[in-house]
Amino acid sequence: MATFNTNQFKGGLKIILDGDPYNIVENEFVKPGKGQAFNRVKLRNLKTNRVVERTFKSGDSVEAADVFNLDLQFLYHDGEFWHFMEPNSFEQYQAGEAAVGESAQWIKAQDMCSVTLWNGTPLQVDAPNFVTLAVTETDPGVRGDTSGGGGKPATLETGAVVRVPLFIEEGEVLKVDTRKGEYVSRANEN
Amino acid sequence: MAAAGVLEVDTPLISTAAPAERGLQCMAVERGGHLVPSPEHGLKRLLAAGAGPIYQMGPVFRAGEAGRWHNPEFCMLEWYRPRAAIDDIIDETEALLGALTGLECAPRTSYRAVFLSVTGLDPIECATDALAAWARQHDLAPANMADEHDRAFWLDLIMSLAVQPTLGESAPVCVTDFPAEDAVLVETHPDDDRVAWRFECFWQGVELANGAQELTDAATARERMAREQTLRREAGRAVPPLDEKLLAAMTAGLPRCAGVALGVDRLLALVCGFDSLAPVLAFDWARR
Repeated sequence: MATFNTNQFKGGLKIILDGDPYNIVENEFVKPGKGQAFNRVKLRNLKTNRVVERTFKSGDSVEAADVFNLDLQFLYHDGEFWHFMEPNSFEQYQAGEAAVGESAQWIKAQDMCSVTLWNGTPLQVDAPNFVTLAVTETDPGVRGDTSGGGGKPATLETGAVVRVPLFIEEGEVLKVDTRKGEYVSRANEN
Repeated sequence: MAAAGVLEVDTPLISTAAPAERGLQCMAVERGGHLVPSPEHGLKRLLAAGAGPIYQMGPVFRAGEAGRWHNPEFCMLEWYRPRAAIDDIIDETEALLGALTGLECAPRTSYRAVFLSVTGLDPIECATDALAAWARQHDLAPANMADEHDRAFWLDLIMSLAVQPTLGESAPVCVTDFPAEDAVLVETHPDDDRVAWRFECFWQGVELANGAQELTDAATARERMAREQTLRREAGRAVPPLDEKLLAAMTAGLPRCAGVALGVDRLLALVCGFDSLAPVLAFDWARR
C-alpha cells in the first residue's frame, strides 16, 4: 500500500480517507514557535464532490489513492453504461451514470474525454470544454426579428437543449461550451 | 536598538550543540554541529560573561518548517536585557512594533483569557480530556489520536487552529502567561508553576514574537532539557547532545534577564500587506 507523509502534501495529491478517495485542495502548515506542527488540509471527496477540512499531525502518513486521469475515447452508451477506450492500448472502460453525470448530454461517439480512474474504475468523466453538435430540432427563426433578445431553445443531437440565436436553423452544426452549457458560435466560425 | 542602548552582536550560526526543545528540528552541518534555530544560546553565554543589553539580527534555521508563514531559513531579531523584568521587555516589544507598524498595540491580554473566551475552557485548570473533547467536537482533532494525554499537544492544537486566528485582528497584541507545559529556558510563575513567564505577540492571527523572563538556574535547565530529550526519543526522533557550554555559562551565573525573539520576515510581510512570506523572500524554500 503506497503512502504519503504530511510533508509531501500539496494541492492535487490524491489520498484515501475513511475509505474514500480525496483530492487535496489546499494544505496549510501550522506550527506554534515552540510547539508541534500540524497540517490543516482542505480536501474534496472525489465520489461525493464535498469539500471537508481535516487536521493531520505533521509526520503522519496517509494511504495514497490510486487515482489518476486518462484521456479516453467515448465509444457508445448501451442504455446502462457509457463505454470508453484508451486509443493506444485499446483497453476498454465502462462508466456508470454517477461517473458520467452532466457530461452525458454533451458527448458523442469518438469524442476524447478526460476520465478520472480510481482503482481502475471510472470515477468521473469530463466532457471536452467545447463540443460541436448538430441541431436536431428548433423553431424556425423569423428574419429581422430582433425584439426577442433572448434567443430560442434548440435540441442538439445528444438530446441537450441550449439557447441559440434566432437565426440558427435545424441541421446547423454549433460549437458549445460544455462548462457553461452555452452556445458559442456556428461550428465553422472562428 | 541603538537609541535604546542595545548593542548589536553576532554569535556563530554553527553551534556544536542543538537546543533540546521537542518542537525544534535543527539542520546538521556535515563537518559537525548544527545550524542555530535561534541565537539564544550564544546570546545567553554573552550575558553570563557580563554583556549588557544585546541583540542579534540575522538568519536562523529550522528543518521541516515550510509553508505560508514558515521558511526553513528566516530572519530573527532577538534581544536580551540583563536586570529587566518580563513586563519591561513586553513594553519594549510593544514600542518596537508600534514604531514599525504605525499602529498602537492592542491592550495586553493573557493566554488564559483568550483561550477561555474562544473555548469556554480554562487552559490551566481544565482536564486534558476536556481539551480533547472540545477539539473533537469542533472537528479539529486529527484522526489517529495516540496522544490523548499529551496536554501540550491539545493546547497547541486548539491555540493554533481556534484561538490564534482571532488574535491581533486590527493591531499587534501581546498575550502573556503561557502554560508551562513546554517551557524549557523560561522561568515559571513564582505563584503557580503551571504558568510560564512567557508571552507571544500576534498580529492578524500570525505569531510575530516570543519572549520571556529567562530561566537562570542551570540544574532546572538541565532537568527540563532531559525531559525534552526523553520526549524526542519516545517519538523516535533525533536526540542532539545537550548544550553543555550554555549549561556551564548558566552555572557560572546568568543574570536575571528578559528577552524576546521576533520573526522579521513575517513582520515585514504583514506591514507590506502580504498574506504569506514568499513575497518578501528573494527565493523562498521552494524556489531557492
